[in-house]
Amino acid sequence: MKKILIVDDEPNIVMSLEYLFSKENFEVFIARDGAEALEIAEIKIPDIILLDIMMPNVDGYQVLRFLKESPKLNDIKVIFLSAKNKASDIELGMQLGADKYITKPFSTKKLVSEVYKLLK
Amino acid sequence: MSSFLVIFVIIVYLGFIFYVAYWAEKNSKSKWVNNPYVYTLSLAVYCTAWTYYGSVGLAATSGLKFLTIYLGPIIIIPTWIILMRKIIRISKGNKISSLADFISLRYGNNRFLGALVTVVCVLAIVPYISLQLKAISETFNVITNHNIISNSILNDTTFYIAILLAIFAAFFGTQHTDASERHKGIITAVALESIIKLVFFLAIGIYVTFYLFNGPTDIYNQASILPNFEAQQTINGLEGGFNWFFLSLLSMIAIMLLPRQFQVTVVENEREKYLKKVTWLFPLYLLLFNVFVIFIAWGGNVIFQNQEVDADLFTLMLPLASGNEFLALLVFLGGFSAAISMVVISTLALSTMLSNNLIIPYGFLKKYSKSESEENTESIKNIRRIAIFSLIVLAYFFYRSFTLERSLVSIGLISFVLIAQLAPTFFGGLFWRRGSSKGAKYGIIVGFIITIYTLVIPFTIDYQLISSTFINEGLFGVTFLKPYELFGLQLFEPVPHAFFWSMFFNIMVYAVASVSVVGNYRERNFAEMYVDSTKYALLHEDAYVWKGEAYVKDLRKVLTRFLGEQRTERALNLFYMKYNIDKNTQLADARLVNFSEKLLTGSIGSASSRILISSVVKEEEISLPEVLNILDETQKAKESNKELKERDKQKDEFLDTVSHELKTPITSIRALSEILLENENIDKETKNKFLSSILNESDRVSRLINNILDLEKLATGKEKLDLKLNSIENTILKSVESVSQLALNKGIKINCEGILAAQLFYDEDRIQQVIINLLSNAIKFSTENSGLVSVFTYVNSNKIEVSVEDNGRGIEKDDLVSIFNKFYQSKNQTILKPVGSGLGLAISKQIIESHNGKIWAENVKPMGAKITFTLPINAN
Repeated sequence: MKKILIVDDEPNIVMSLEYLFSKENFEVFIARDGAEALEIAEIKIPDIILLDIMMPNVDGYQVLRFLKESPKLNDIKVIFLSAKNKASDIELGMQLGADKYITKPFSTKKLVSEVYKLLK
Repeated sequence: MSSFLVIFVIIVYLGFIFYVAYWAEKNSKSKWVNNPYVYTLSLAVYCTAWTYYGSVGLAATSGLKFLTIYLGPIIIIPTWIILMRKIIRISKGNKISSLADFISLRYGNNRFLGALVTVVCVLAIVPYISLQLKAISETFNVITNHNIISNSILNDTTFYIAILLAIFAAFFGTQHTDASERHKGIITAVALESIIKLVFFLAIGIYVTFYLFNGPTDIYNQASILPNFEAQQTINGLEGGFNWFFLSLLSMIAIMLLPRQFQVTVVENEREKYLKKVTWLFPLYLLLFNVFVIFIAWGGNVIFQNQEVDADLFTLMLPLASGNEFLALLVFLGGFSAAISMVVISTLALSTMLSNNLIIPYGFLKKYSKSESEENTESIKNIRRIAIFSLIVLAYFFYRSFTLERSLVSIGLISFVLIAQLAPTFFGGLFWRRGSSKGAKYGIIVGFIITIYTLVIPFTIDYQLISSTFINEGLFGVTFLKPYELFGLQLFEPVPHAFFWSMFFNIMVYAVASVSVVGNYRERNFAEMYVDSTKYALLHEDAYVWKGEAYVKDLRKVLTRFLGEQRTERALNLFYMKYNIDKNTQLADARLVNFSEKLLTGSIGSASSRILISSVVKEEEISLPEVLNILDETQKAKESNKELKERDKQKDEFLDTVSHELKTPITSIRALSEILLENENIDKETKNKFLSSILNESDRVSRLINNILDLEKLATGKEKLDLKLNSIENTILKSVESVSQLALNKGIKINCEGILAAQLFYDEDRIQQVIINLLSNAIKFSTENSGLVSVFTYVNSNKIEVSVEDNGRGIEKDDLVSIFNKFYQSKNQTILKPVGSGLGLAISKQIIESHNGKIWAENVKPMGAKITFTLPINAN
C-alpha cells in the first residue's frame, strides 16, 4: 500500500483529498502545517507528499528544502498544490526540486492521475 | 655651518616628504590620509616663508600691521560653514578643478573668461613663487655663511631644489587625468609640513622669548626704549584704521581666492563636514603662528640695534647670533617647509588652470577630438607636467633676474591685490543672478590695469631707486594721475590705495556692464544654479541648465577619447542604473548630455568640455523660466512616480492575496463537488458533510467579496457615511444582542456593565459592524465555557473610547499593530486558521478612521487582549 501525506491548513481541502486517496487505497496521513508535515514524514516515510505553500510557521518551500537536504527523505515525490499561480512562484517550486506543481483549484481526476504517474 | 651638512639635511628631509606623499598615495583609503585634521593642516599652506620670515620683518619695522594678513582669514573662516560649503558643493557637483574653471562655468562655460582668470593668476603668483625660492636661497646662504650669491645656475643649490620640487609636483600632481580628483599624496605631505613649520616656529619663539630674554615683559621693556617704538605700535588714527581695514579685507579675499587656497580648500576637500573642524582649528593654527612674531621682532630689534641686519631674517639670525646652530637649522627647515608647500600647491593649481583653461581650450581641442584615449590622457598629463616645470623655471629666472631687494611682504601683497581682482566676479557670481560674463571680463581687465598702474609699475620703479617724475608728479605731470595718490586720494599707503581704487573700478564696471548687457541663456541658467545652489544640488544631472539632444553613440565616442573604453562604459552603466534607462537607448536626453559634459570637465576644463560635447549635440535654447519649470516638473514627477510605484506595488500585493484567498474556498468547493459527482454510491453521512462544507465555503466566498467591496468603498471614500446623532449605549447593546447566540454556543459571558450613555454623531450601521467584528473576534479567541468578554466605554471631553476586552491568551507583541493589516496572518500563529476573511480588522480600522477616530490593540493583565477605538465628540 502506497503512503501519501497531505499537507494543507484548509480543513475542507484536506477532507476532500483524504476521501479521494483513501478510495484509491492509499494509506493517508494528514498534516496541518509545515512543521507537522516534517514530523510525520520523518516517522512514516510516505511515497508522495501533496504540499500546500502558504501555511503558518513553516511554509511549503521550506518543507521541500528540508526534505531535499535529508538523505532519508529526499527520494519522496512532492507535488506542490497551491493557489499561487505566478510564473515566478512555480519556477521557484520546481527549482527547489518539486516533481510537479499543480495550481488550485485543481481537477481531482487530474491530480490522481499525476500521483499515479509519479509513483510508477 | 657647512653647506654639505645643510644640503645633506635638505636631501634627507625632501626624501622623507617624498616618501610620505608616496605612502599616502598608496594608502589613499587610510584614516591617516582621510581626516579633517589633514584637511585643516593642508589649509595652512597659507603660511608661507613670508609668514615665517616676512611677518617678523614687518613687525620689526611697522609694528602690529602684520596681523592684518591673519586677521582677515580669522574673521572670514567661521562663515565658511555656509559660504565655503556652497562653493564646495557647486564644485563637486560640476567636477570643477580650479578657480578659473569655477568662474568660467558660472559665466556660461566662458572660454575667454577662464583664460583671463588663468593669466591673472599666473601673473600674480609666479613672482610670489619666486619669492619663496628667494627665501630658500637667502636663508640657505645665511645658515651656511655664504655671502656671495653664485653667478652660475649650476652652482646654485636653489636651482636644484626648484627642479626637485617640480618633479615632486609633476609626479604626484598628475596621477589622475581628472584634475578634480584629490591629490592625496601632496596634501598629506603638505599637512605634515604644516605641523613641522608651526612646531619649529614655536620653538624659536619660545627660545627667543624665554631664553634670550626673560619673558614677554622683559622684551617689551627693552624694546620700548628703542627709538620709533611708540610710532610703530599704534594704528595712527583714522588713516591707519582705514589701512588696517583694507588690508584685512584683502587677506580675507586672499584666503579664499589664492589659487593654492582654492586648491586645498575646495578641490582637495573630501567631505563637507571637515569644514566644521576647520572653523575653529584653522584660526587657532593662525593664532598660534602669530603669538611669538612680535616678540621675535622686538627681540631682533633689541639685539641687532646697532647692526645692519635684514629684519626679514631675524628669525634665523637670532639663534645663529647666540650660537645655537641646531635651532637655526630647525628654523631653516621650518621656513623651507613653508616655502616648498606653497611652491608645490601653487604650481599644481596653476598648471591645472593653464592646461584646462588656456592651453587645451585654445590649442588642443581639434587634436583631441580625433585621437585615441590613451594618447589624449597622456597628452593632457604631459601638458600639466610641462606647465609645472615651466612655472617653476619661470619663477626661478624671475628671482634670478630681479634681485628682489624689497621685503618679502610687499611682493606678497602685490600678489594679493592682483588676485583680489577676481573677487567681484567670484562673489558676484555666487550671490548675484544678474552678474554677467561681459561684466566679469571688463571688471577684471579694468581692475588689473589699475593695479598695474597704481602698484606694479611704481613699485618696480621704486625699487630701482631712481627718482621718478612718474611717481612724484603723475603721468604727463598730471597730479590727479599720481600712481600712489590717484585722484588726489592721500589717505592710504600704496597697497591699500591700489586695492581700494582697483576694487572700486572693478566692481563698478562689473555691476554696470552686468546690468546693461544681459548674458545668454546658458550663462543665466548657470547663474541661477550657482546662486540658488541648494535647490539645484539635489537634482544633479536633472539640473540641466541647457537642453540638447544627441545620439548616445556620438557622446560615447567623445567620452571614450578621454576616459578610455572601460571608464566610459562604467560611467554610462552607472548613469543608466541611476535613472533606470534602457541601455540600448539610441537618443541621449538632456540628462545624459549634461552628465557627459560634467564627466569631461575634470579632465579638460568646463569650457573645452562644453565645446566638445556641443559638437555632437543639437542644442536648443532654453529660457530660465523653462529651466525652472523643468526642474519643478522633474522633481514633482519623481515624487509622484515614486508614490505611484509604491501604490502599484501595494495594489499588486493586495490583488495577489485576494486571489489566493478566493481560490482557497473555490478549491474546496470544486474538489468536493467533483467527488460527489464522480461517486454516486457515496454514503449519506459523507455526502451531507461534503454538501454542508460546500455551502460553508460558498458563504466564505461571498463574505470575502462583500468585505473587499466594503473596504474598497471606504478606502476610496465612495461611500458617504450616514452621520446621525446616535446613542453609543444603544449601538453597543444592539451589537451584543446579535452575537449573543454565538457566545451562548461557546459558553462565553458578555459583560456590558461599564457602558456610559453618550450621544454623538456617527454612522450607526458601520459602527455596529465594527463592534460586532470586535466581539466575534473576542469570542473566537476566548476559551470555551470560561471565557469572559467585557465592553466598556470611557467618555472624555472631546472623544469617547469604546473597548472590547477578553480573557483569552492575548495578542503576540509583534502583531499588535499588524493585525489591522489586510489579510494579515501572524507568523506566530500556532492554532489552526480561524474562520474569517482576514479583512475584519482592516475594515474596522477603515471605518473608524473615516470617522476621524483611532483604533488600537493592547494586552491586559493577567491575561487577555483589549481593542479600543475612539470617536470624536463634535460640538455640532
